[in-house]
Amino acid sequence: MSDTERTGAAGVLTSLHGWGRTAPSTARVLTPRSAAEVAAAVAAAGPRGIIARGLGRSYGDPAQNAGGTVLDMTGLATIHEIDAERGRAVVDAGVSLDSLMRAALPHGLWLPVLPGTRQVTVGGAIGADIHGKAHHVVGSFGNHVESLDLVTADGRVRTLTPDGEDAELFWATVAGMGLTGVITRATLRLHHVETAYFTVDTEQIDNLDELMARQTEGDERYAESVSWFDAVTTGKHFGRGLLTRANHATLAELPLKLRADPLRFDAPQLLTVPDIFPPGMLNRVTGKLFSELWYRKSPTRFGAIQNITQFLHPLDVAGEWNRGYGPRGFLQYQFVVPPERGDVIRTVLERMTAAGQVSALNVLKRFGEGSRAPLSFPRPGWTLCVDIPIGAGVGPLCDELDGIVLDAGGRHYLAKESRTTAAAIRRGYPRLDEWRKVRDAVDPAGVFTSDMARRLQLHG
Amino acid sequence: MFDAVGNPQSILLLGGTSEIGLAVVEAFASDRPMRVVLAARPSPRLDAARERVERLGCAVETVPFDARELDTHSDVVRKAAAGGDIDVAIVAFGILGDNEKAWTDVAAAVELAQVNYTAAVSVGVALVDRMMEQRHGSLVALSSVAGERVRRSNFVYGSTKAGLDAFYTGLTEAVRGFGVRVTVVRPGFVHTRMTEGRRPAPLSTTPEVVAAAVVAAVRGRKEQVWVPAQLRPVMSVLRHLPRSIFRRIPG
Repeated sequence: MSDTERTGAAGVLTSLHGWGRTAPSTARVLTPRSAAEVAAAVAAAGPRGIIARGLGRSYGDPAQNAGGTVLDMTGLATIHEIDAERGRAVVDAGVSLDSLMRAALPHGLWLPVLPGTRQVTVGGAIGADIHGKAHHVVGSFGNHVESLDLVTADGRVRTLTPDGEDAELFWATVAGMGLTGVITRATLRLHHVETAYFTVDTEQIDNLDELMARQTEGDERYAESVSWFDAVTTGKHFGRGLLTRANHATLAELPLKLRADPLRFDAPQLLTVPDIFPPGMLNRVTGKLFSELWYRKSPTRFGAIQNITQFLHPLDVAGEWNRGYGPRGFLQYQFVVPPERGDVIRTVLERMTAAGQVSALNVLKRFGEGSRAPLSFPRPGWTLCVDIPIGAGVGPLCDELDGIVLDAGGRHYLAKESRTTAAAIRRGYPRLDEWRKVRDAVDPAGVFTSDMARRLQLHG
Repeated sequence: MFDAVGNPQSILLLGGTSEIGLAVVEAFASDRPMRVVLAARPSPRLDAARERVERLGCAVETVPFDARELDTHSDVVRKAAAGGDIDVAIVAFGILGDNEKAWTDVAAAVELAQVNYTAAVSVGVALVDRMMEQRHGSLVALSSVAGERVRRSNFVYGSTKAGLDAFYTGLTEAVRGFGVRVTVVRPGFVHTRMTEGRRPAPLSTTPEVVAAAVVAAVRGRKEQVWVPAQLRPVMSVLRHLPRSIFRRIPG
């Protein structure tokens, strides 16, 4: 974004896309340095509106705004305060979870909700109400926000709290995909930890049914739980995978050599993936190879000590890994279905396999209780997340999967969503109208908008 | 907006009864129905086109459009955009004309030039104006290999397509960086109402094949396609043949 810095307040026309590298559009990008500059940009927004953008990790189009303005929030990235005693952090919206973790860990503080990458901003984490492997215990990101500052369409900066006067607007902003205003600052509640390590139990399980049964059993004993499985292996080993569950390691559990520096943040980025891959890199052969390696790398083992990268963010060692899917990009299909509809997981995977999709790495988790936010994605049940490279037939296949998911009472995750219909979102989110009412009241002219909002008709 | 798999949410077809144009609409709609605006002169054929597209599950609007009435074109685009952004616009109108009449009769020549070239330029400007505001959108112009090297037998038509092709090719460059994409499509002989009764040239094709190529080009963000694809090398050779040889090729 160095171009933006050079051109200053006028912004620069930039083609933007999401992490899936699909459906680009062009917008004027501004990089505000203060809440006042955000308010000025909001006031100056033209007829095609304005939206905030963080680190661009949403897969689809929620952080792009064709013909309008996009605020690059990474210019607002100060960590104002970390209160070790009370476990609080006051940060700007553009602070990444990575830099917050690096600053908080030396104080023995841990972010309770960490998604599959730390390269997301606090503002984005609130706007999408992200979740992590600890969801069954701690819920989603919005549950840990004590207050947030929101620049609304009228140019005011409002401080919102979950139970205060503006509680409705607070919860419409959590998971509100940036459509209520621009979050500029937040106070977050952090957890106290003794070490930066996990004690990890890994179980190799050789079919999907058993994997799901095992995961249903003991999750309450663990702070973190997720399984990875492949859908390349067919027959009775269909859905074989790894169930990994963990708790934060106490000081006493660490081996001696790690005790010297128990809060060390061990998160190397080993490489940046170059932009050289042709479409179709992921095929039956490479998919099979990858799933084999992934499965074999982790035999069943209990009580292993792992650092944050090993356990939480294995993909963060490779920067820009989305380039591996080639120029046509990919989509991530993530949905949740009620606990009694675990059968949908198998149905969806079988449909994908039958359609010739190679899904080498699928992430499965059981969610705990949902949030108060009307558009929050998590709800009790199973959530599955699969990567699908863009190619012939992918559109109709996903439309078919939508039907299966929605018929089971499920829904899609807006932070991953890039191709469904307005009707599908309406069906999946029965509280959409409740959210819209709050949104329309605070932004009657529809100043805040995005490609996603237009595509899915999120606002009226 | 386009989605990640290349489904548009709206299509404007200029030449709302064009067989190739309707085939493109059908090809997109078979994956996911969308809002369709058919711009054409009111006629029973337009009504039939509307019914055909509605049967695909699309929400269809019609806007009166006459290629000859140049000063109405901006208004046509404005009306088409009243219901939301135009994701895809297809410039599909055109007439073949009678070549012998068209180079001997001023009125016939001017009509061919105005409909196929001047009107195409006029709607092109109006569409780009709108799409530049949107900062996204895909503009498809139906050119023809007949314009790549004109033949004695249909050179007036060929000259209009050569003009259209050059204009939209230049437009492709002009809008680069503004989020708008232009695709110039060069079909060979297509079996349609327009070509009925004429002897098909080699590598002749159908509206459905052209439509599939257009959909692939729009989704793949391609700026220029020949249909069928083999016509690209064929035309490349034909373009460079000496006139003495070229004029001996029958057709």
